[in-house]
Amino acid sequence: MTIIAQKPHSLTDVPMHYCPGCGHGIVHRLMGEAIDELNIGDKVIGVAPVGCAVFADSYFACDMIQGAHGRGPAIATGIKRSKPEAIVFSYQGDGDLASIGMAEIVHAAARSEHITVIFINNAIYGMTGGQMAPTTLVGQVATTAPKGRDPLLQGWPINICEMLSALKGAKYLERVAVDSPQHVMAAKKAIKKAFENQVKGIGFSLVEVLSQCPTNWGVDPLKSLEFVRTKMMPQYPLGVFKDEGAE
Amino acid sequence: MAEKTLRKGNEALAEGAIRAGCRFFAGYPITPQNEVPEYMAAHMADAGGAFVQAESEVSAINMVYGSASTGTRAMTSSSSPGVSLKQEGISYLASADLPCLIVNMMRGGPGLGNIAGAQGDYFQATRGGGNGDYHIFVFAPNSVEELGNFPKMAYELSEKYRIPAMILADGILGQMMESMSFNFDPIDPKTLGKFDWALDIHKNGAPKNNVFSYKGDNLSADVWSRAKRYGQVEREEVRFEERNTEDCDVLLVAYGLSSRACLEALTKAQEKGLKVGLLRPITLWPFPSKRIHELAGKVKAVLTVEQSLGQLVQDVRLAVNGKAPVYLNAYPAGDTPSGESILTAAASALKGEGEGLFDLQKYSEGFDYKGGRK
Amino acid sequence: MPRIEVDANRCKACYLCVNACPKKCLGKSKTISKKGYFPAEMVHPENCIGCTMCYMVCPDVAITVIK
Repeated sequence: MTIIAQKPHSLTDVPMHYCPGCGHGIVHRLMGEAIDELNIGDKVIGVAPVGCAVFADSYFACDMIQGAHGRGPAIATGIKRSKPEAIVFSYQGDGDLASIGMAEIVHAAARSEHITVIFINNAIYGMTGGQMAPTTLVGQVATTAPKGRDPLLQGWPINICEMLSALKGAKYLERVAVDSPQHVMAAKKAIKKAFENQVKGIGFSLVEVLSQCPTNWGVDPLKSLEFVRTKMMPQYPLGVFKDEGAE
Repeated sequence: MAEKTLRKGNEALAEGAIRAGCRFFAGYPITPQNEVPEYMAAHMADAGGAFVQAESEVSAINMVYGSASTGTRAMTSSSSPGVSLKQEGISYLASADLPCLIVNMMRGGPGLGNIAGAQGDYFQATRGGGNGDYHIFVFAPNSVEELGNFPKMAYELSEKYRIPAMILADGILGQMMESMSFNFDPIDPKTLGKFDWALDIHKNGAPKNNVFSYKGDNLSADVWSRAKRYGQVEREEVRFEERNTEDCDVLLVAYGLSSRACLEALTKAQEKGLKVGLLRPITLWPFPSKRIHELAGKVKAVLTVEQSLGQLVQDVRLAVNGKAPVYLNAYPAGDTPSGESILTAAASALKGEGEGLFDLQKYSEGFDYKGGRK
Repeated sequence: MPRIEVDANRCKACYLCVNACPKKCLGKSKTISKKGYFPAEMVHPENCIGCTMCYMVCPDVAITVIK
């Protein structure tokens, strides 16, 4: 008997604090697996965000720093430029990356910083309690959009992968989901590639993960998977938006 | 090492920082400090470091936060409005106990202000500036030579105490050219030891390091532990310069370029029949309160000379604590002191009233502003 | 025979694994965990094929698969 699947070494033993069914934990595990498989565990330095993943530094076994809201790519830039041998990742949510940190992510991509960005898009502010995010869907109810997001009042959702794909410096952009085993496997491949690109020195890589937030969507974990499939995917189609590292 | 060269203030500062082992610089253009990032862009790579022109001051300070977390001697520079933007990052650096160097080449304010020199950011610098309960070192050079030599002192104290350091200089000082020399040999940061708290790789099983802003368990314990370091800094790291303080009737207190004008006043005091001394704080935090308190017991009046509307004078009043009358000779937003104008104020200070003494209440007496909506 | 272990100290009873299992091996435990949840557990261990689907979707990295 051998163990064929277990918690990766790149994660600590600390149980995660996320709500039941939340996608963050799945993504943490995929990152841990990617780091293990690439054998870069002793070279990784991570940037934890403000938001639900604020305590991510407890879950990853590597050295980590806690950043201010939105500033992950700038902090990762400072680390990578000072320690080019390190494999640096910035882990960010949608409010963090697509709202307050929009300038930081766009310019890190434009400079093609050699960093790996894992972007969790769950279309809502989680930690603060369900406010409208830049990625909140049209019609989606949030505490600051009680009648649902009205584009005439609150504008339209922001599609980060599509937007960043206009930048020459963005070398790898893929949108994945973690709503089913198949999609989790694809997400794993993408996340691994985003780290591998940094090992190979390809340039800025970002994986956008459509992730479920049962708590703030007000649904049970199973229904949250449905929401990802039926509501989020039409607005945020899965796929590779940029892959300049490919042969 | 001791060779004198003619340098512009901003360039002396940038060169001094590289010599002091700075190997990461991030900044955003703003006048009057542009020569600093320009110098860094030209020379940092040769020194084996990294220069990044950031997309904003907010980003620049966060890049410094990232770089400093690896134990690198990191730096950013800006001028007043830009330093306001950096306050988020400075607060994080303070909370994560990271050493670094921040430079503020002050310009006029508030808001956009102008690019003339000013000292209006004293409160912002000495009170922490960002959110929360913290201090940063604040060094106030008054010459190009000090601009060039302060980065080394700033890094060393910042690293010793894990408190961010700021050089707070008058914008004009950055633009001035003076003969100067570096009083230390260039430092190769590779020869400096490592920090046990810094983020690193290839650790061979050493325990993981986290650079936290919010540690999540006991915030008050963190703040108390920082307070011990603050107390030690206030005891041991106060720096100031005194001139003619042994026998004076009026003690001037001024920093930066205002103190240069005070030196001129000192040279002309005798011919006016005045006995004037000067205490120049070099560290604005920690503030030389103890020494000012001692001197206040020996003089007839204390006169604060500042290019702001009454900021430094508050610390001076706290220090003097009633031992002597404290007056303010204020030159806000581009107004400039001269030896002459300072001596006029000093003479008034001896009388307790007269030209050159600024008092907000007296100044606005009888003024009845009718604002509000029509 | 393949089997899985659920770490009851990590499981938060979202039951995404119950939903993902193609052989319907998993169900809800009748015992409450220290965390206050009814964790997922094997109810039909004989059907497990070690496909790791449960592990794949578990947000709490609570599942170990042994084959």
